[in-house]
Parts: sequence; C-alpha cells; structure tokens
Amino acid sequence: MTTLIEKSSARSRSRAAGPAGKRAKSPYPHWFYLPAAVVYAVLFIVPTVTSFYFSMTRWTLFDSKFIGFDNYVTFFQEPALVSGLTHTIVYAVVTSGLKVVLGLLLAILLTSQIIGRGYLRSVVFFPVLVSTIGVGLTFTILMDPEQGLINESLALIGIDGPGWLTDPSYALLSVALVDVWKGVGLATLIYIAGIVSIPQEYFEAARVDGASSWQNFWRIILPLARPATFTVILLSLIGGLRSFDLIWAMTRGGPGFTSDVIASVIYKQYQAGFYGLSTAGNVVLFLLVTAIIFPLSRYLNKKEVDL
Amino acid sequence: MTAVASSTPSPVSRRPRKNLVLSVVAILLSVVVFLVPFAFILLTAVKSRQQASRLDFSWPTQFQFVQNFLDVVQARDYMLIIAFINSTILTVASVSILVVLSAMVAFVLQRRRTRWTGLINFLVLSGLIIPPAVVPTIWVLEKFGLFRTMPGLILVEVAFGLSFCVLLFRAFIATIPRELDEAAVIDGAGPLRLFFRVILPLLRSVIITVVVVQSVTIFNDFVNPLYFLPGDQNATVQLTLYNFSSAYSTQYNLLFMDILLITIPPLIMFLFFNKRIVAGMTAGAVKG
Repeated sequence: MTTLIEKSSARSRSRAAGPAGKRAKSPYPHWFYLPAAVVYAVLFIVPTVTSFYFSMTRWTLFDSKFIGFDNYVTFFQEPALVSGLTHTIVYAVVTSGLKVVLGLLLAILLTSQIIGRGYLRSVVFFPVLVSTIGVGLTFTILMDPEQGLINESLALIGIDGPGWLTDPSYALLSVALVDVWKGVGLATLIYIAGIVSIPQEYFEAARVDGASSWQNFWRIILPLARPATFTVILLSLIGGLRSFDLIWAMTRGGPGFTSDVIASVIYKQYQAGFYGLSTAGNVVLFLLVTAIIFPLSRYLNKKEVDL
Repeated sequence: MTAVASSTPSPVSRRPRKNLVLSVVAILLSVVVFLVPFAFILLTAVKSRQQASRLDFSWPTQFQFVQNFLDVVQARDYMLIIAFINSTILTVASVSILVVLSAMVAFVLQRRRTRWTGLINFLVLSGLIIPPAVVPTIWVLEKFGLFRTMPGLILVEVAFGLSFCVLLFRAFIATIPRELDEAAVIDGAGPLRLFFRVILPLLRSVIITVVVVQSVTIFNDFVNPLYFLPGDQNATVQLTLYNFSSAYSTQYNLLFMDILLITIPPLIMFLFFNKRIVAGMTAGAVKG
C-alpha cells in the first residue's frame, strides 16, 4: 500500500488503479484520524503531559508558581495521603483476585448443565449495568450496623455482624466486596466466552481417557481459558486502581481516612483548592497504573505466545 | 462440576443430565445475593416514609408508588426531570460523536499500515489504561471556555471513550473483505463515500453494540459530570442521585424511588440488547 498523498495532482488522475499505475490517493486518507485526534489530543494527551508540570506548581488554574517537588514531599509525608496509596493497591488486588476466582467458578457453573441457566446468567450480569452510585447507596443502607438487612439477617443465625462501613478495619474491604458484587458479572461473561470457545474435542478426549472433573478443570479449562483470565485481571486491575465513585458513594474515604484511595484523595485536594497537590496525586496514580499494568500486560501477552 | 459441557450442542448424543441439586442451590443463592438488593430497592421505593425509615426487608403496609414518584419528580423544582433531560442530551450527543469518529479512526487504522500505525495503536491502548488527569483537563476546558458547559462535558466523554470504541470497531472491520473497498473505489467512490456508503452500513451490528455499551456507561457516569459539570441546575441524574442522598437522609422511600427511576434506562437496554451488550463486553476475551 502506497502512503503517498498528492492532494493536488490526484484529482486529475484516474482513481482506478491501472495495471502499472500506482494509486495516487489512498482510499484510506489520513485525515480520517483528524477529528478524533484533535479531541483526544486536546482533552486527553495535553492534560496528561501538562500534569507532570502542574504537579510541581502551586496552582490556581489562572497562574502557577513552580515549587519543584514540594507537592510530592507533602504527599508522601502526610500519613493520610500515603495510606491512600496502599489502600488503592489493596483495593485493586482484592477486587481483581476475587473477580478472577468467583468469575471462573460462576462461569463453569453457568456453562454446565443446570436448570435456569439463562436466568442465572442475566441475574449475575445485570448489576454491571446499574448505576454505581445507586448500588453504593443501596448497600450503604443494607450494611447499616444496627438496622441494616445484612446484619439483621446475620443476627437471625446468631452471628454478630461487624459495622461494615463504620469499623475502620472493615470499611475498605466492605466497599471492595460491593465492587465485586457489582463487577463479577463482567468477569463471568468474559470467562463464559473463553470456556465456550474451547473445542469440545478436548473434553471428549478427556472423557475417553477417564479424566475426572477436577482434572478437566486443571488440565483443560484453566490453561485454555487463559486469555480470559488475562482480560479479567487487566480489566479489574485498571478499574480497581482508579476506582472512585463506589468508594465516594459509600464512605467518602472514611471513617477517618481508612478507605481513602488515590482517586478520592485527588478529589478531596481538588475540592480544597490544592490544585497542584491534586495533580501530584494524579501523577502518582498515573505512575502506579503504568508501573503495574504495562509490565503485566507485556508479561501476560508473552505467556500467551508460549501457549 | 460433573458436566462441563459448553452451550454449543456436542455431537455426542449422550448428553449429561441436568444437575438438580446444584441448580437449586445456585438459584437460591442467586435470589439471596442478587435479587434481594433489587427487591429491597423496589419495596422501599413504594413504602411510606415511616416504614421506609426502619430499613427492613418487609412488605409495604401501604403502597405509595404514585405519591413517592410525584414527590421525587417535583423535588427542588423538578430537578430530576431536568437531570434526565441533561443526561439524555449528554448520552445521545457523545455516543453519536463517538460512533462516527471512532469508526473513521478504526477504518483507516485497520486498512492502512504506515509508520503512524504503531504510534496510534499505542495511543489507543494508553487511552484505555491511563487515568485521566483531572485538574489539567479542567484547565484546558477553561481555556476554551468549555468548563461547566454541556459541550465541554460531551467532548470529555468522547475523548475518554474513544479507545474502547476504536478497538471494537477495528476488530469488526478486519472481518470485512478488502475486495469490497476495491470494488467501490473502481466504481469511482471517494474515501468519504466509501466510508459512509459502503463501510458504515456494514458495521450495523457492531454499531448497535457500541451504542448500547457506551450509552449505559455514559448514562451511569458519575466522576466526569462531578468534575466537569458541577452545579445544581445542570446536574446529570447520577449527580442528582448523589445530592439526594445527603438531602434525603431521612426520606429513604424517596431516595430509593430515585434509585429505581435511574435503574430503569439500563434495565430497558438490558432487556432489549442483552446479546449485543454481552458481545461488546466480552470482545477480546477469546483472542486476549
């Protein structure tokens, strides 16, 4: 394919490619990129690049004063902000791990011969489409320590439920559980697509060889559904690391700062008018995400080639 | 897990029997875990204020559906209606722009390999991974006079949604034979006609997928309106719901009526386009 673009002369030539003639004008012009590129560059690339500069300034949107790494120093000296970093990682790892395990188990269940498969698939998937804020508010009330449905039900079977969102040691994990409740349907769907694409011959051969269902799982489903596993891990890590709306709807980072993540720190600093510090938080999040996702996706893709 | 047969009928005639015990357990669990929260929303939304404040899972003593509905809609000078209009404008405008722009990019990106291809692929992937820088985006919008305006928010949603749409379109365009383009070019079609008259109509099924998935995403979006379109009079439904939650901390029936109303649009999408949503969200699961 020639990449030559001759705007002026092309019109006079015949559009049809002759046997010897090269096409002067590609039917796939580069300017098709232009409208999208302008929007993307102005509203995504420019902010991302300039964020590195603005994170080193004291900034009011209208003028900025360069102060070097002061914002980062503040960020890493303030215990409340540093804990946001660890919470982000814990939250991402917990949600992503649970989605992989539960998603795979649910997918195996929902591809097996059981009654009500269509209903089960729908009901597991539907929360994915529901408003995060709506889910967050609903579960905040369900998790109410005294009156909430969850603790009242637990009391019926004699368990004294914790203050899911009010106990500092549970708040972050409770939100993570709700995140899994809402997001596991997507992981399940991805695994179902992966399992369904495994050729039936493998299972038949395994049956002839007398493999147990346990062996089926470890030797056939798990290795051959590997691309699905990668997709689930990457998607849920990306989502978990930048998660904001569910946490904000349920705890606003509290009690204290015990469920603050970087994304909520960014919002709080922005609200407080510390734009430079907020942007520094954004850069930290950027570095964290790229440091985790890019090597991981390269590693996972390499493994896939080996397969 | 005795029977791990997929949904495609296997050529072997001896199909395993349905596992009754497992089915019953699964259905019961699904009711407790997934249906009860939704039933709770529905029941609380039609309760009276006193009964709703008890937060329990019980049958309403009196059904106040109409009353609660009107109360929520009329609250703060019909703010919910305005919010629904705003969300509809936001969703329709940004999804329409997204479809056209990303299909154009995907078309050229899939068809033509140049030295730009690598860079553009990299940028598309970055858009999926990198968290947007919030305050600098506000700064850019401010420079263009678009901060706190609906067009600004629409463009932001377009910019953040492009990557996902380009990937979906590109995978689908790869299945359209090039011969079709060549035939159209020989017949004298220019790039614009080739794209809008030949390619775009063939993308129908993937366009439906993109439209449905992106509509649900943008309709449910909370973070971007929170940052880029603050203020009460032009709030979107998600912001209104969030504001209601602090204003109505004692009127749970109204809060849950609001949640119920906001869940209806995604529910309609789900009922009509379940297959297309699934197709869009699992794209890439097989190839990785």
